[in-house]
Amino acid sequence: MRPSDIAFRLYLVALFTFVFLPILTSMVFSLNSDRFPTVPLGEVTTHWYETAFSRPEVWTAFGNSLIVAVCAAALSTTLGFVTAYTDFRYGFRFKPAYLALALLPPTIPLVIMGLAMLAWLGRLGISGTLPGIIVAHTVMGAPFAMAICRLRLSQMDPALEAAAWNLGASQWRAMRAVVIPFCLPALISAYCLTAAVSFDEFIVAWFVSGLNKTVPVMILEILQGNVDPQINAIGTVVFLTSMALVIIAQLLILRKTNA
Amino acid sequence: MSKRFEAYPYVWRLPLLIWQGLFFVGPLILMVAMSFWLVRNYRMEPDFVLKNWDRMLGRDYFWNAYWVTLWRATLAGVLASLIAFPASYALAFRVSETTRRWAIFFLIVPFFTSYLVRVYAWQVLLAESGPINAVLGFGGLGPFTMLNSGFGAMVGYMTLVLPLVVILQTFSLAAIDRNLIEAAWNLGASPRETLFQVILPAARIGLILGATFAFILSFGDFVSPFYLGGSKPPTLSILIIDTTKSGQQWPRAAVVAIMMIATLFVAAFAAVGAAYGRRK
Repeated sequence: MRPSDIAFRLYLVALFTFVFLPILTSMVFSLNSDRFPTVPLGEVTTHWYETAFSRPEVWTAFGNSLIVAVCAAALSTTLGFVTAYTDFRYGFRFKPAYLALALLPPTIPLVIMGLAMLAWLGRLGISGTLPGIIVAHTVMGAPFAMAICRLRLSQMDPALEAAAWNLGASQWRAMRAVVIPFCLPALISAYCLTAAVSFDEFIVAWFVSGLNKTVPVMILEILQGNVDPQINAIGTVVFLTSMALVIIAQLLILRKTNA
Repeated sequence: MSKRFEAYPYVWRLPLLIWQGLFFVGPLILMVAMSFWLVRNYRMEPDFVLKNWDRMLGRDYFWNAYWVTLWRATLAGVLASLIAFPASYALAFRVSETTRRWAIFFLIVPFFTSYLVRVYAWQVLLAESGPINAVLGFGGLGPFTMLNSGFGAMVGYMTLVLPLVVILQTFSLAAIDRNLIEAAWNLGASPRETLFQVILPAARIGLILGATFAFILSFGDFVSPFYLGGSKPPTLSILIIDTTKSGQQWPRAAVVAIMMIATLFVAAFAAVGAAYGRRK
């Protein structure tokens, strides 16, 4: 091994340490007995988990987050899939504008989305409700779902669908029997990823949630108070939830490239 | 055009138009309209006045926030690119295919962890009496004040953008034709010349995209400047939140938002021009 290789490896280790340090810190301190985080550490305890999860509002927030994530992911995935299919199969006038509309939302800063959504959903009378948060998260999740479905569709031979038509299947039947089964891994992984995005999103949710707080919104409000290791406990649970979703999605993506 | 009307294509085409029209374009148009409205007795009333624009753009505190945000986001873009490059270079040229794949996977992971919790962890780590100062203390250094400063905010921005920048840079570097690099060596180019005259130009798109994304994300972020930067001076995103949440002055917040979007548009166009434009 060249000396420069060792230097590069050390650099990589340093960079990954920087990226993962905050994640590990929060996990470690969620199990640490001292209220104020210091080195050396105190004893191992599940105290913060017990305190956090004995509060009914934490359970309510988890319930809210779950409802929002489940619904927003379903809507995003549906919207993403139909859009990806349109892009895959059809050419039409204004298609670039259509695609821009599909992919633009993530480029708008979340604070701005939050402000615009707050005003708009207020007009529609669903500001401060869970449906309001679901609507906002769907707008933000759909582009990711579309990208994943589009990637999968590009691996599909267009002749496959045509063959089904030639064998007498209607377009609907071909969709049901050929396209959707082919895209199933992508649909599930898009569902998991958009659920994870929704589960972590807090800025837009903070603007439009009112009294129906989701977990990250609650963390945000605890953060505005004092040092509170309960955040580490709640954060670790959120992290493990999102990670589970991402790993499922990743496994499906890996499998689909082999298939 | 003689074919009879078919419903099938529209079933797939319309949902996006309806949904994004109703819940994406609609809110943004309302926001632009709102910037011309007036607030009377804590209620917004539709109007067409330039008062909000006057009020915001005529004030020093808006422009101070604007330049701070622009400067910090630019710095974050440059710093993230410089910090990421050696790592991306190593991942692209110096490690095995398997290592690279795992590294990319681990760089995607933070994207799905709560940014808020990570920033809270930095708050703990960087505190005056926190672990990092304790470790530095063993070496007889510090304690340093790292929170509530530009430094703190920058640590937060790097947490947000570094993984993405490394991923984009690695992909563009790994895609370079190896023959190109070998040809440069065979023709007697020094490592330095190879880097600046072969590798950097060939990876231009990924490098510029990485810096641009870092700029865009940092420009709009409010968590790092608020919780690690101490919100003094405020950035534009903090200004929006303050104006919306405490002041009920949504129209003025809308003015700030439109200025931000305009700035991001200019930056994005400049970046695309630089990335895909003519090559020297």
